[in-house]
Parts: sequence; structure tokens; C-alpha cells
Amino acid sequence: MPPALGRRPRTALRGPAAIGTVSLVTALAAACGGSGGAAEGAGAVPVNASDTTCQVGKTALSAGTTHFAITNEGTQVTEVYVYAPGDRIVTERENIGPGTKAELTVELAAGKYQVACKPGMKGRGIRTDITVTGTAQGTSDARLTRAVADYRAYVQGQADEHLPLVEDFVAAVKDGDVAKAKDLYAKSRVGWERVEPVAESFGDLDPKLDIREADLEEGQKFTGWHRLEKALWETGEVKGEAKTADTLLADYKDFQAKVKTAQITPTSMANGAKELLDEVATGKVTGEEEAFSHTDLVDFKANVDGAQKVYGLLEPVVKEKDAALATRLSGEFADVQKLLEKYEKGDGYVSYDTVGESDRKELSDAVNALAEPLSKLAKTVVS
Amino acid sequence: MTEVSRRRMLGTAGLGVLAGAAAGGGVAGVAYAHDEPAAPAAVPFFGPHQAGIATPVQDRLHFAAFDVITDDRAELVRVLKEWTRAAALMTAGRPAGDAVPKVAEAPPDDTGEALGLPAARLTLTVGFGPSLFDDRFGLAARRPAALVDLPHFPGDDLESARSGGDLMVQACADDPQVAVHAVRNLARIGFGVVAVRWSQLGFGKTSSTTPSAQTPRNLFGFKDGTNNIGGSDTAALNRHVWVARADGPGADWMAGGSYLVARRIRMHIETWDRTSLKEQQDIVGRDKGEGAAFGNAKERDPVRLDRMPPDAHVRLAHPSTNGGARILRRGYSFADGSDGLGRLDAGLFFLAYQRDPRSGFIPVQRRLAARDVMNEYLVHVGSGIWACPPGVRQGGFWGDTLLG
Repeated sequence: MPPALGRRPRTALRGPAAIGTVSLVTALAAACGGSGGAAEGAGAVPVNASDTTCQVGKTALSAGTTHFAITNEGTQVTEVYVYAPGDRIVTERENIGPGTKAELTVELAAGKYQVACKPGMKGRGIRTDITVTGTAQGTSDARLTRAVADYRAYVQGQADEHLPLVEDFVAAVKDGDVAKAKDLYAKSRVGWERVEPVAESFGDLDPKLDIREADLEEGQKFTGWHRLEKALWETGEVKGEAKTADTLLADYKDFQAKVKTAQITPTSMANGAKELLDEVATGKVTGEEEAFSHTDLVDFKANVDGAQKVYGLLEPVVKEKDAALATRLSGEFADVQKLLEKYEKGDGYVSYDTVGESDRKELSDAVNALAEPLSKLAKTVVS
Repeated sequence: MTEVSRRRMLGTAGLGVLAGAAAGGGVAGVAYAHDEPAAPAAVPFFGPHQAGIATPVQDRLHFAAFDVITDDRAELVRVLKEWTRAAALMTAGRPAGDAVPKVAEAPPDDTGEALGLPAARLTLTVGFGPSLFDDRFGLAARRPAALVDLPHFPGDDLESARSGGDLMVQACADDPQVAVHAVRNLARIGFGVVAVRWSQLGFGKTSSTTPSAQTPRNLFGFKDGTNNIGGSDTAALNRHVWVARADGPGADWMAGGSYLVARRIRMHIETWDRTSLKEQQDIVGRDKGEGAAFGNAKERDPVRLDRMPPDAHVRLAHPSTNGGARILRRGYSFADGSDGLGRLDAGLFFLAYQRDPRSGFIPVQRRLAARDVMNEYLVHVGSGIWACPPGVRQGGFWGDTLLG
């Protein structure tokens, strides 16, 4: 089994993943290539950042995809954020060196936003209000608008429905009821795992709740579910973990409250589905996610269910635009679900440490078979 | 810009990987390799025989065995067609698909790491294992008699995770990145239909099919493959390597093809290195410096079997000890780091092509397994046999004589 060596800590790079995956990739690619990136050209909004100013070339924008062409004219390293009301990060670009250019591509729905330059990469930044109007191309499809609304309801529902389980889990830990806490541990995570890409858009919440010990950076505190997992399974001793348990509940409630503010687009939904399968492929199939409890298959199932929900909502559009892809995805989802059934036990799944190499290989093959066509979902939906 | 070779992508555009995007086109539209002259150092993909068998041996190998994970024959055919299309492009030095697509929301079709690299004499060769001929695809009756299950040889310590496979892809190139890119992209195209069962990287070809060139050495430090079949020796190829239509049951679709036996042979490097030169030479049957067989002065002097110890490797493996059987060897050295005991996990990834393994590899290996003193210094840990169909004709696809 490969150690966690070299895996990116999810804290560091996963920030606005659900929202900004496509945008960040675009921005990075453009930055690497110097000039000539897709974003540079007509329509790009110049952002000239200095140590004291932040000039945004255009503050009234149309809904849809906007490219910001950032120039750091200052002497300090800067970063540029796009905020939605309530300082929710829509996307960001960090580490723009003095005298360099960077690009930031973002999908914006109608509404009010702020662009912030942060010379020295700290503070609230120098902010400019921008207003986005109209309807984005691609979301003018009423079915997609509906899919986004339905998905938002699903995400909220998952966060709400699983709160009692988190509360019970936390109570069991504080009561020192190890057996009960072990029973509730994986169950309390299901809602989170189903909607994780959305959850990851809220900056620090993901690491606070769900960081794995192996992913900790120097000086970073080990909190959340996996700390309690380790205590429950490795030492069987949860005295002294009451504070961690309380914090877990508070952070979960924070997540539950923030869900309604999440930026969700058809693209971010589709990419989120792919990211859920990425989670399965890198964390669950290998047994790294639940290193102590071996409840990986519960997470596995929740991730797949969350991705399947997204696909279900987008399916009418996919069927119309790429019928072959729809057929393939339906078939692959069914295959993975059928395979998971083999491992059902009681109201959960068998311990993953009892799943042998060849069975893990079979699960891995099924995940690859689903994830590869799923990576085409976003393009198909927006095309 | 409709067709961009990997080299031209870098060379003429000069902007590196992103040139395609800047030009607004990327590498759109793919076609078979013959539509445009191939990049330098390209080996023709189409022809009566698959490339990668008689082709002069390249420096590097990435070999992958796949299992078919569907029982839908149409899906298998679809992947073989897709593979053919991609292979024709990649062997010509072009990406397998759009490496820098216009639509940024989709992952690129080609993974991109070979952009800017020459074709590097890349060859891609496929084969069908015995397990493909079960009841899943209705192929049981088409299984050639020569595609036998290899018997257990004394001393075999085979790991199932390094053995067998419904399909195999042999990627050989002078640049390891080109070979790895090819297998990676084929694996990706195949997700959901085929899954990689195991794979092996190789370096330092251990056999040459170009007799005029210097004979390479294996990790025992000896020249290996001095008497190999030359890639331009048409008579020997026809007699010992290429299957003929009349070769027996199931040979109809194999005419022009060949049977591959692969063995991952781990060498006990550390103990070998402690063995005296005399013993090493006695075991091999040649001297270490020149590579001359015992009793000879030069490497290519005719071998005189009576001059070497009765159990010398060369003597046991020699055609005249084996009823004239000859095989075309195409193996590579491998060194996959070290094992938990600090020993090199290294050896020979033996690849041999032949017209019929029943008169080729199997009797030779029986004799070696029973008597070769070299066995003290090696162990066979992986194994496979595949029927490699004839070459692809324009408009055809890999295996169309079987599945078309």
C-alpha cells in the first residue's frame, strides 16, 4: 500500500475546488505559458495591482465566464480574490510576483461581487465592487437552472439530515461510550462525504473537519473526525477528546449554515461529481481515508451516491447532447453500485481491511471505468 | 492546424505546450498516420506484420498486460479500433488526440507528456492471451492450437499479479517517456473495457535483431543474443517467427502473426556478483570479455557445443540441442528498485517471438529448467503467452482477422 507521501494536503490546494477547479486550471496553464493563453485577448478584464491600488478595468460585467488579466505593478507579491457577498471566496489567485502577470477565469452569475487585491498577501485587501447582470450562456437552459436548484436543495438536505447523527456521535464520544461512538462514526460522515466538493469550497472547514493525520502540515492542528477515529480505534480511549468533539459539532454546524451560500453552477456540479470519484480513487480504494476504522466503503458509497445524484440531475441534458455518454455513465454507475452491494453487511459495509488485493483491484477498475467518462460531464453540459 | 507532430508542435510553433491553444486550434481532428509524412525516427505502423517484432530493438520498453472487464464483444472491438487509431498516431510521433483542447472544461484527450518529443522509433504490438478465448466473446473455437497454456517449469515461482492477461501491449521506443506515454494513453482509452493487470518497464535491450550491431549485455554482464534471428533475415523469420496459414487449427487468422512468450526473470544479482569469473563463464558457455563461445576466439565464430560444459546455458539453449528450434529474443533488463532485504529487484524481462511455442520456447525452457546451472542465480516470477495477430492494413484494426 503506498504511503501518503507526496499526496497534496487537501488543505493547501483544495480551497475553492468545487467552484473554481476549471478556472484555476485555466489560470495556471495560462500563467505557465507566459503570453498567449486563452484568457488573454478581447474581453479579458484587466486588473492592475500595485502596492496601494487595485484598478479593475470594467466593473459592470455580463453573467457567464469572465477572464481577469492581472498585472502586478507593485513591489510586493500579491493575490487577487473574487468575493461574493459575505466574503465568500468565489475564486482566487495567489502568489503573483512583482512585475508578473497572471490570469483568473471565473464563472459568475448575476449579482454583486468584489474584486480584492492583497499586496503582501494579507489583510482584507483593496476592494472594488463589481456588478454582474444577465443570464450566463449555458445556464439559460431552464433544465440546468432547475438542476442547480435541485442540487442546492440536495446539498442542504444532506447537511441538515446528518446533523442529528453528528450530534449523537459527539455525545457518545463525550460520554466515553466507545462502542456507540464507533458505530456512529462512519454514519455521521455520510452527508459530508456525499457533498464534499461543495463543502471544500468553504476554505478551512474541510481540513478542520476531515483532515487525515498523514496530511497535516507542520504546526497544523489535528482536529475533526479522523482525530476521533484514531482515538476510538487505536487507543480505544476518548477521555480528553471532549473539546475536539465539541469543535467538530461546531464546525459541522458552520458548514450546514454556509451551504446555502455556496456558488453552484452546472459546471461546478459536474466537476464536483468527478472530484467525488477522484476521492474514491485516491483515498478510499487504497484504504487511506479510514486508516484506523477501515470504514472506507461507507465513504466510498457516499461519494458515489453524491456523484450519481449530480449525474441524475444533469442526465436529461446529457442524454440530449451526448446520448452515448449518458448510456455509458448510467451503465457504469450501475456497475459500481452492484459491486458495492457485494460488501454490504448489516446497515453498513465490511471492514475494508478484510477486502483482499484482487477485490480492491476490481473496485479500482470499476472506479476508473466510471471516472473516465465522468470527466467528460462538465464539457458536455456546458457545450 | 489540423495535424501537428509532437516535434513540430515545439519546433515550428516555438511556444511550447500552449502553442496549440494560442493558435486557437489545438490538435484538432485526428486521422491515420499515413495522411501525412511521419515524424523522423518513425517506424511504419501498418503492414503485413506488426511492428515491434522484427523491428530493430529499441532502447526502452513499457509492457502492459490487460484484462478485459466486460463480456461485451462490441465494446472490446470498439477499444481495439480506438487503440489502432491512437497507435497509428503515436507511432508517427503525434499525440493520440487533442492535447490542448479548445474547451477547457474537458480533460485533454492526449495526456501531453510526449509533446515535443520525436517518434523515437515507437512501436506498439498487441497480443491475445489464452484467457481471451473463453466463453465471453465466442472465441473458444478460434483459439489456435499453438496458443497453449504454458506448463509449469521446475523452479517457477510465478506471481499471479505479474502473470497472464487477456491482452498485452508491448511499447518499445528509444525514449522511455514516449513508451510510457503510449501505454498510459492506451490504458486510459480502455478504461471500463480493459484494465491493466500488470506492467513492466525495461531498459537496456538484451537482445539485438541487428546482427551487425554490437551485442548488448544483460545484467549478468554477459553478451546476450549473439545468435538471435536477424530482423532482415526473411528466410529465418518465415521459418521460425511468422505463423503460416497452414500451421494448424486456428492459424487462419494468425497468418503473418507470431506467438510471444514473456517471462519476468529475477536475477539473484548479489550472489552472482560473488561468483568467480571462471564459474560465471562455465555457466554461460562464453567468455565474459569477448563473448566468444568456448573453444572460439571471436564472438561470432560458429559455436562448438562439445567444447563447453554439458550444462552450459548456451549449449542447453542452442538450436542444435533443441531440434533446430529458434526463437526471436527481444528482452530487456529491468531494475525495479530494491526489495525489503536491500537486494536489487532486477533481472531480465525475457520476450521471445516464435511461430509455435510448442516447438520453440517450451522445449528449450524445459531443458533449461531441468539442467541449467544458471538457475541457481535466477527465478522466473512472471509469465505470459499471447497470440500476436498479423499487422494492421490500412482501414483495418488490431485483431480484425479474429474479431472483424
